[in-house]
Amino acid sequence: MLAYLIRRLLAVVIMVLVVLLATFTVFYMLPKWAGQDIAVLFAGKATGAEQVEGIRTKLGLDEPLLVQFWEFVKAIPMGRTFANGDDVTECPAPCFGYSFVTEEPVWDTLKDALPVTLALAAGACVLWLAAGVATGVVSALKRGSVWDRGAMIAALGGVSLPIFFTGMVAMGIFVHSLGWVHIEDSLSTDDSIGVWFETLLLPWIVLALLNAAMYARLTRATMLDVLGEDYIRTARAKGLGERVVITRHALRSAMTPILTVFGLDIGVLLGGAVLTESTFNLPGLGLAAVQAINSKDLPVILGVTLFAALAIAVANLVVDLLYAVIDPRVRLG
Amino acid sequence: MVPRRETGTAIPEVEGKMRTGSPKRRLAAGAALVVAALVTTTACGGGGDNGDKNEDGAGYNAALDKVVNASTKKGGTLKFVGKQDFDSLDPQRTYYGMTWDFLRFFTRTLVTYDTKPGEASNKLVGDLATGPAEVSEDGKTYTYKLRDGLTWEDGSALTSKDVKYGIERIWATDVITGGPAYIKQTLDPKGEYEGPYKDKSKDKLGLKAIETPDDQTIIFKLPKANGDFEQFLAMPTGAPVKQSEDTRAKYTQRPFSSGPYKIESRKANKSLVLVRNDAWKKESDPLRPALPDKITVTISANLEENDKRLMEGDYDLDVNGTGMTQSGRVSATQDHKGSIDNIQTSFVRYVALVHNTKPLDDVNCRKAVFYATDFAGLQQTRGGEVAGGEIANSVFPKSIPGHTDYDPYGILERKGKPDVAKAKAALKDCGQPNGFSTKITARTNNPGEVDAAEALQEQLAEVGIKVEVDPIDGAQSSSINGSPKVVKERGYGMIMSGWGPDFPTGQGYAQPLFDSRFIFENGNYNESEIKDKEIDGLFDEAIASTDPAKAKELYEQMNKRLIDNADWMPFIYEKNISWRSPRLTNVYSSAAYNGRYDYVSLGVVK
Repeated sequence: MLAYLIRRLLAVVIMVLVVLLATFTVFYMLPKWAGQDIAVLFAGKATGAEQVEGIRTKLGLDEPLLVQFWEFVKAIPMGRTFANGDDVTECPAPCFGYSFVTEEPVWDTLKDALPVTLALAAGACVLWLAAGVATGVVSALKRGSVWDRGAMIAALGGVSLPIFFTGMVAMGIFVHSLGWVHIEDSLSTDDSIGVWFETLLLPWIVLALLNAAMYARLTRATMLDVLGEDYIRTARAKGLGERVVITRHALRSAMTPILTVFGLDIGVLLGGAVLTESTFNLPGLGLAAVQAINSKDLPVILGVTLFAALAIAVANLVVDLLYAVIDPRVRLG
Repeated sequence: MVPRRETGTAIPEVEGKMRTGSPKRRLAAGAALVVAALVTTTACGGGGDNGDKNEDGAGYNAALDKVVNASTKKGGTLKFVGKQDFDSLDPQRTYYGMTWDFLRFFTRTLVTYDTKPGEASNKLVGDLATGPAEVSEDGKTYTYKLRDGLTWEDGSALTSKDVKYGIERIWATDVITGGPAYIKQTLDPKGEYEGPYKDKSKDKLGLKAIETPDDQTIIFKLPKANGDFEQFLAMPTGAPVKQSEDTRAKYTQRPFSSGPYKIESRKANKSLVLVRNDAWKKESDPLRPALPDKITVTISANLEENDKRLMEGDYDLDVNGTGMTQSGRVSATQDHKGSIDNIQTSFVRYVALVHNTKPLDDVNCRKAVFYATDFAGLQQTRGGEVAGGEIANSVFPKSIPGHTDYDPYGILERKGKPDVAKAKAALKDCGQPNGFSTKITARTNNPGEVDAAEALQEQLAEVGIKVEVDPIDGAQSSSINGSPKVVKERGYGMIMSGWGPDFPTGQGYAQPLFDSRFIFENGNYNESEIKDKEIDGLFDEAIASTDPAKAKELYEQMNKRLIDNADWMPFIYEKNISWRSPRLTNVYSSAAYNGRYDYVSLGVVK
């Protein structure tokens, strides 16, 4: 087990380095190869040549690429000071960059957005995992029944309908027509739990609807496979109760692929649910990225990208560790 | 002096994620429309809940040229919503029209635009100053006297030195960035002053072109006369900044107020809350009624949703002022027509005909494009006459002196329809009787622009002009369209875009577009690459003139020459549908702010 853990941790460290390198390449090197001046891109809307030169010096864009990469990586744990003569800008650790549009370290933006994204992801995950898996299991057990057909058609609908459609319909009905829920303008940590719950309720449901559908189909398919396995027949032949057979034996085995997908989905969601957050105006990471794109604020786009990539890497690690709990073969291997 | 493109209507690039031209996005827009329709139906079926809040407004187009709900009643909260946040709250760093309009709540300048409806707003009146400048005979010295009782939000006196210091910040180009450089270019064309942060003098007031003999007098000494100099001072870049409160680059987060309101809280990309500035004295400020007790701005990403909440009364007006979405327009026109205005902006949609790309170097080939274009068709792609705008015949928008009815191609006469026979004749004259091939650029992030370019492609094909549409990323346009080298390499003959004035004169609108000395390697807006000595001369003469009537005449001549030479083809004077809450008092559209409502005059009923 310990060996497994160390192997996984090492893999994540390598993955994080790859992520850093890839992000650095996309944001610092690709534009250069395409013939664009990176300092201009980082400056955002500023036009003056002097400002661009200032930013070039400040960000060290005139240094060799290796030095730049090292500074970029080092800034995250150590923080960084951008200086051009007496024009000094502090970016305390963890430094994910500095926005010259809002004149704030990018981490401030990420830090504000993170609770919203976390809350959105957590609520939606619980909903879709519970609803998706339960529907899938029931469908698999009552294969071919009206329930199965109905659930699978509903699931198909859920997968097919884009968030901005279901989101707008949900808001049209529950916010505007019926007035049952109120969506707070810009959710912040100053708001009460009640406000958070009310504001996030529709986004949770809408996001869960989209994902639950896929989980239901996935669960149904794997469950059907598993239920046909010899060891299930053996378990039944031994006289185990149907409930034990389904939950302890079949579902546990069916969980492995679901967990894999779940890990990835969580990672993606932690990087910001762009459409959900834009539709409901939830000030999370996804919306921060969209706004940064609109205001041509490259450092923030970079920060969100980097954070999202790291979130996926970490989510993968957690999934890998959970495999060990679920699947005995992993523990032995 | 390069005005940022489309500052006039504040960043149309961002306004419509769901309204842009690519097929996928059009699908999204369609879906959104269906939803909106559905929702509207359910809303109507749902009973009177919403109806109560939406009593009819003052009437369709009521706020275009008169004041709606004139009132002096104080109190209440004025609530703005918008998709796009302010570019910067630092007066010396902002370049968006909506910010300039809004900044007047807490920023005063020596002179400003009159708080009157329609084109009467274009007149400059004294704000911090007692009135417009006393200008010397040679037009090179401007003297202002400041009003009595001017204060900062901490109660300290606001002096002429604060005005000078604020203006000096424009020179600190490595820190104070983003704003227009007109004042700097005019007072110090060689850039000799280094800005207050590198200023060696003790009081940091080393700029020689501005003198402050006493706390209430400020004198500007121009090396060369510029008839629009007061226009430059009316921009937020002319605003005072108190030296002890100057946090340099971070000033944008919390500017120090000289107006009736001050900032209570600010979160970039989320919100802004203003409360009354108790230190402000009404008797020092005849322009601002300062009616609401509180002003809130909410940045919200979903345009359709914002429109709905405006109509439900959750918000009072859109701070971006870019007009309602398609679904919003439909339901507002049906159910609340009395609460909307069809606003004429100062924005022009155009196609630049690149003189450097063959065969458009030939005037007759360019004329063929004018004749073959179906302006009415292009108008449809932009949303029709009401939501898109009127067909254009002049290079100048209607509110800018220089605009005339001159129409040698008969565009208005034919109601925008093309004249195929004349187009073919013009093609023959330019030695291309069977037409020619070229490329047009259109920005993908500008709603409807690619659609319009594709429509133009079909129209021109009728006479044998084969156009290839090249959609480009609007965020990159200054290094694509704006680079004559790239334009030449890629063989672009036409560039479709939009343009609005920085300030309401010929210079403020047209110089970057048509003056040959404004052709830059990057960020070039003279996209046609017009190199016409006569045009350049007209600019010099009009700018040097301190007589607006004379300048107008010169710009009219310029318009005639540009149209005669088919240098640059305008096609729409842009209009939009704006929501005006029935709660609002003192509402009117201000031409000086590109047709937006004059924010600083607004009040609310409760």
